[in-house]
Amino acid sequence: MDITVLDGYYYTKEHEWARIEGTTATVGITDYAQQKLGDITYVDPPAIGNELKQFEFLTGIESVKAASDIYSPISGKIAAYNSALDENPELVNKSCYTDGWIVQVEISDPSEIKNLMDAAAYRSYAAGLE
Amino acid sequence: MKNIYEKSVPGRRGVDPGTAKKETEKKLADRYRRISDNGLPELSELDVIRHYIRLSQLNFSVDTHFYPLGSCTMKYNPKVNEALSSLPGFAGTHPFMAYLDVDAVQGSLELIYSLSELLAEITGMKGVTTQPYAGAHGELTGILLMAAYHGTKGNRKKYVIVPDEAHGTNPASAAMGGFSVISIPVDRDGGMDVNIFREKMSDEVAGVMLTLPNTLGLFPRNISEIVKIAKKHDALLYNDGANLNAILGKARPGDIGFDIVHMNLHKTFATPHGGGGPGAGVVAVSEKLVDFLPVPIVTKTKGGAYTLDFKVKRSIGRVASFFGNFAVLVRAYAYIMMLGREGLTDASEKAVLNANYIRVKLKKYYDAPFDRNCMHECVFSARRQVQKYGVHAIDIAKALIERGIHPPTIYFPLVVDEALMIEPTETESKETLDEFIRAMVEIAETAEKNPGMLKNAPENTPVSRPDETKAARELKLTCNR
Repeated sequence: MDITVLDGYYYTKEHEWARIEGTTATVGITDYAQQKLGDITYVDPPAIGNELKQFEFLTGIESVKAASDIYSPISGKIAAYNSALDENPELVNKSCYTDGWIVQVEISDPSEIKNLMDAAAYRSYAAGLE
Repeated sequence: MKNIYEKSVPGRRGVDPGTAKKETEKKLADRYRRISDNGLPELSELDVIRHYIRLSQLNFSVDTHFYPLGSCTMKYNPKVNEALSSLPGFAGTHPFMAYLDVDAVQGSLELIYSLSELLAEITGMKGVTTQPYAGAHGELTGILLMAAYHGTKGNRKKYVIVPDEAHGTNPASAAMGGFSVISIPVDRDGGMDVNIFREKMSDEVAGVMLTLPNTLGLFPRNISEIVKIAKKHDALLYNDGANLNAILGKARPGDIGFDIVHMNLHKTFATPHGGGGPGAGVVAVSEKLVDFLPVPIVTKTKGGAYTLDFKVKRSIGRVASFFGNFAVLVRAYAYIMMLGREGLTDASEKAVLNANYIRVKLKKYYDAPFDRNCMHECVFSARRQVQKYGVHAIDIAKALIERGIHPPTIYFPLVVDEALMIEPTETESKETLDEFIRAMVEIAETAEKNPGMLKNAPENTPVSRPDETKAARELKLTCNR
């Protein structure tokens, strides 16, 4: 399976990505995840202000194949949700790393970034799954 | 095909109710009179008959086609069961009769009593409730029994352990019962990973829910060890009996060490389901849980009469009105009595034989994630077809529809990538299995040579390939008139 992995992003084993800018992490699911899930039909909007712990449940996502959980790559508070997904969940398929972002998290513990994979590490991790 | 509203013609009638008597309208208060259009389509009797007969002809069912939908056990439902459940003494009885005049419904009560005894014998259990309406309802009942058991003992329990291959209803039922779910992955052998299980096990675990054989169609070879570890922590063992049809007369959940088992009578004991009729999720329990069963229970007096017992010491109460889906109980009882011990064992053996026949014949063409003997169903993966030709499990499913075969279950179990889960059941002939195998081989070859052909299938069916994404994204649940 050919997948796109962007440099400069951080990745989890559960196939979420995080783009860190200052104290904010923008979070979405990777190209690997969206290809595996198939056509996305619904993203459950999480409550703004919710406190998340690293690698714990963030929200649910549904595709024509299955309903799955998305986990937060980092601890913090949900600062924003991409409400464009309400009308156009397919943005996650079309543009998983940019327009298809899911939430922004106000990072509470930047030292947790070390628990994430960089692009090179994730690329070999995803290749190993095939 | 037009829907019934599109066929409507203003003023057309199937029935002439005659003209209203003079001044009838005046006798009715305004609030009882319909002012607006009642919204019903206007058709003749013949229009209505043709419409519904035509719809029934479009039906795809086990009575018309091979239906190897994995995990659903779409075996043939013998018609004698229908005849017996329609006997006026059963079909015409109101369940309240059991409360008002127990003498008048001795036959129905005897059936519930005898069926309960048979199911306890088949599963190796001590007590039975026939109330739950379907499998997931049986699961919830089981979880409530689990909670009541631990509550009475003063056990502080928080978790239920479920392997990651389980039916989604298992974690959902545990969560509805107030427990948090711990998910354990399967190991390379296809059973629950016993090392991770041992690590996660603690005195706070209320129970372990296992499907036997599991949803990969495999019998876990480490089951005794799992039971031993669970018992050490006073965790109850729950058997999701969705796949009981594979082990009838061969292994009894009670003997293995399970405390609770739900049976899908509609699957294992051949009653119509899946749009063809309601289910029955009868629950059987071990000695420890008998005192918690839902009431009423049908019992037999010393004089041999059947009566209702409401005095179960610590009953969790009622989980359904009356006795569950009684007509399904009648069909299941008829099925068990017709087959007997030898017949039920034979049914399981043939179900396993048929699944293995398909597994062996197809393993050259599709990847088998666990290459060992299976039980009543076999699970393949379309990974090879996806990676090499861009053909997915769903394309294979659609191509089967084109060939007059109901697709297997796809994309479940979730632990198998691009899963195709095939359950032929014991009621299919070798000729039907061979026809299915030929279709699957031909589809594998088409995927290789001409994958584009599979992308638009089916093309020659009353409804061609629906846009599943559009249907999920743009919900429209009303009918335009």
